[in-house]
Amino acid sequence: MMHGPVATIRAEAIARAEAAAERADTARRRADWLTHAVLILGVALFALPIWIVLMGSTHDVATVSRGEVPLLPGPYAVENYAAAWTEGSARTTRVPVSAMMLNSFVMAMLIAVGKIAISILSAYAVVFFSFPGRLLAFWAIFITLMLPVEVRIFPTFQVVSDLGLVNTYTGLILPLIASATATLLFRQFFLTIPDELVEAAKMDGAGPLRFFKDVVLPLSTTNIAALFVILFVYGWNQYLWPLLITTSADVETIVIGIVKMIGAEADTEWNRVMATTVLALLPPVAVVILMQRWFVKGLVETEK
Amino acid sequence: MATLTVHGVPKSFGKVAVLHGIDLSVADGEMIVIVGASGCGKSTLLRIVAGLETATEGRIVISGADVTRLEPAERDIAMVFQNYALYPHMSVFENMSYGLRIRGVPKPEIARRVQQAAEMLGLGALLQRRPRELSGGQRQRVAMGRAIVREPKLFLFDEPLSNLDAKLRVAMRAEIKRLQRRLGVTSLFVTHDQVEAMTLGDRLVVMNQGRAAQVATPMEIFARPADTYVAGFIGSPAMNFLPATLTEGGLGARIADGPVIRFADGPRPGMAGRALTLGIRPEHFALGGPLPLTPDLIEPLGSETVVHGRLPSGQEVTLRLAGMPASLGTLEIGIRAEHLHVFDGETGLRMDAQPAAALTPAWQGG
Amino acid sequence: MRKKVIFPQVGLPYLLLLPQLAITFVFFFLPAGQAIWFSFLRQDAFGIRTEFVGLENFVELFQDPLYLDSVWITLVFSFWVTALAMSVALGLAVLADRHIRGATAYKTLLIWPYAIAPAVAAVLWIFIFHPQIGLLGKFLNGIGVRWDYKLNGTQALITVIVASAWKQVSYNFLFFLAGLQSIPRSVLEAAAIDGASPARRFWTVVFPLLSPTTFFLLVINLTYAFFDTFGVIDALTKGGPAKATSTLIYRAYIDGRVNLDLGSSSAQSVVLMLAVIALTAVQFRFIERKVHY
Ligand SMILES: Nc1ncnc2c1ncn2[C@@H]1O[C@H](COP(=O)(O)OP(=O)(O)OP(=O)(O)O)[C@@H](O)[C@H]1O
Ligand SMILES: [Mg+2]
Repeated sequence: MMHGPVATIRAEAIARAEAAAERADTARRRADWLTHAVLILGVALFALPIWIVLMGSTHDVATVSRGEVPLLPGPYAVENYAAAWTEGSARTTRVPVSAMMLNSFVMAMLIAVGKIAISILSAYAVVFFSFPGRLLAFWAIFITLMLPVEVRIFPTFQVVSDLGLVNTYTGLILPLIASATATLLFRQFFLTIPDELVEAAKMDGAGPLRFFKDVVLPLSTTNIAALFVILFVYGWNQYLWPLLITTSADVETIVIGIVKMIGAEADTEWNRVMATTVLALLPPVAVVILMQRWFVKGLVETEK
Repeated sequence: MATLTVHGVPKSFGKVAVLHGIDLSVADGEMIVIVGASGCGKSTLLRIVAGLETATEGRIVISGADVTRLEPAERDIAMVFQNYALYPHMSVFENMSYGLRIRGVPKPEIARRVQQAAEMLGLGALLQRRPRELSGGQRQRVAMGRAIVREPKLFLFDEPLSNLDAKLRVAMRAEIKRLQRRLGVTSLFVTHDQVEAMTLGDRLVVMNQGRAAQVATPMEIFARPADTYVAGFIGSPAMNFLPATLTEGGLGARIADGPVIRFADGPRPGMAGRALTLGIRPEHFALGGPLPLTPDLIEPLGSETVVHGRLPSGQEVTLRLAGMPASLGTLEIGIRAEHLHVFDGETGLRMDAQPAAALTPAWQGG
Repeated sequence: MRKKVIFPQVGLPYLLLLPQLAITFVFFFLPAGQAIWFSFLRQDAFGIRTEFVGLENFVELFQDPLYLDSVWITLVFSFWVTALAMSVALGLAVLADRHIRGATAYKTLLIWPYAIAPAVAAVLWIFIFHPQIGLLGKFLNGIGVRWDYKLNGTQALITVIVASAWKQVSYNFLFFLAGLQSIPRSVLEAAAIDGASPARRFWTVVFPLLSPTTFFLLVINLTYAFFDTFGVIDALTKGGPAKATSTLIYRAYIDGRVNLDLGSSSAQSVVLMLAVIALTAVQFRFIERKVHY
């Protein structure tokens, strides 16, 4: 009997704790639901413009022009995409989307590969050698961070047109290709390669070029992949510079092409614009999603 | 098979002098261990021999050929690094064969040498693994293997064992010694661990602040340390140093606030009252003697006991006694004079006994 | 700065640096230098004679009410783009950082707008905001609100702000998420044990620890709003109506490309460069001082 009251008190305490735990569980579950709800709303908000365009691109021009804003697929998908691909906008620019996509692809690839190539070489020089002017070279590259292409756009245009490079891939790409960011990222990474690895390679008889090819390059693949995603997207999405430098359809990129397609609104074939838009955002979105892992890592590290 | 000679090599980084002219001569097949406190310039010396640093002056000669101006790869040497420095993206096989591939050794020959080294080191089953997939000890072996397949004139080791745990370190130590004997390759081995130094080296170079304080066999260094630095560095627990003054016409020393100890081996030169440092290893004290010691810490280790205490002068002294002392109160201790080391009180250099004839008559008279 | 261990070759590093330095010189330093030089010059109406006019181009620029309007529009536009893009991103990141099921899926679904070009984003938003064919625009007109971003300046500004911010959210989201995930769990647990409510925990622990990320993003978003939104504006409003969305970069484009006014457009380029340099300098100062803790 002596234990009676104590046991009761203990049981009550346990019951109270259980009740509290249950309340906390319910609260947590409710918070989780709320979180999901808001996130889904966010995702929907992001997806909505794309969804509308995706659906619109499967309807005929009359439907879109009437302002019906279709939210479900229609029957004209193949027709619209085929027309856009081979013909572009019949009533305005008449440049086939396939041609513009090719231009965009070439530009994005050359920018990405070119930037990576020249940056990795210059970072290698700055980190693994000692030579007069090393600091000067580093700062000359570093300071370009402060001059995005948009800022110096007209003077650069002047230089490019003086060089006779208007309407050429060279003129389109070269000014976009020097990148302090990529150089800095590679430099950062190279500094983490242990000194002993370089020494071991020296003892093994590897010279600087051999070391670069056999050790530095293989070790840099993750960084290269990450930069590739970022730079491909950067290159594909260029707008102001191509707008200035290209006046001929031969080198017109898809991003410019879409805006030109809209032209005077009365004539716009909205369904084809929508199909073109979907095609235009497909490659960079695909690259980002497929290479998400490297891209996120690379992005967060580049900007550090 | 090669000899190595280092002729007066100094080294400065900017204004900081790190090495003050090192001379060293290594016989064919010999294993030299360079030992010293952290920052004394051991790695620097090794890296100069390797060609990874350029010597400010002096010459490096391998097998009679001056290699001072040669690139590391041209010196025909191999090096094992403290952190192994394995190429992380290459397999064990590729790591070991990289140097041979660069030198254009034919494929079958590469395969043969790698296979042989791998068997010697017990790496046979691991050849396709990446360094990341190996344990510390295995990585260590790969680093050794990379050096062995090159069949170099000279092996250089920079603290190759210090990243291993204590047990593995002892095992690898023995293995390195056996391998070195078997291959008979002249070797330089850097360590700051005196046990490694004593067990591995045919001869030791004890370095102190950029100078070679003593170059000799381990036993010689233990028995006749060249100065107080070497004496204190080799041996554990470290040697005791007692300040004293010369007396009895050079035949004895008076310990500060204590008795006179007579040298067992002969007189030391100098005026009476010359400052000396007497060195006595902890195991060379005897129970029953003229020095009263007040113990303040007793560490029983089973077969022996380490006693820390103070003399009446306040001087701290460490003793190593067989078994356990009977009483733990004040101990009456004596110094076994035949084990006494005498150093100059100012320079710290060893003072050996001189034959009586060499002493001035004045001394004999005194 | 440099490794302790280096290769001794002397000529090779110059060769390796050559491509980048050559491009940098020709397309960065040369144009920047020219812009500065031209900003002190003025051509006559026929483009035949050029004379040195000192700071006159700048004085004129800052006395031009239209230019000052542009400055103001740029400030309003940048403020809203930055505020919207950052606050939405922070909210979503905080939610996605909670350990709920499907967090990775949400992440994937939220990051892809990063890949969309500003100009393409603008085209997407046409189908939301267009008064006749846009989902929202049509709806607003249907309920009696007179909505047409091609006629109403305020509505135009709202349209370009929303389209620009939308595209930037995913970038901010990634960084906020990375920032949140780098906050040690133990810090949050300590705060929870101290009895701080979740909201309090966020404002007193999480947010201060995020301040370096926030600050970094602030600068990036401002830079984005200043320059990268050119495509959005060109695709949606062409700076109109009545220059209501004509930001500094858009105006520089019109003056240089359409009006061919070399002196003035160079002066505008120089002003923009100074703005970027100031932003970058502020960024470095603060990063050095480590805004956090
Ligand atoms: N590249 C360098 N520049 C400047 N000083 C250096 C450089 N390399 C080494 N030193 C200095 O030279 C001295 C000797 O260095 P070293 O690496 O040879 O020491 P160590 O005996 O190997 O020490 P540890 O046992 O710690 O490895 C140290 O004081 C070190 O700071
Ligand atoms: Mg060392």
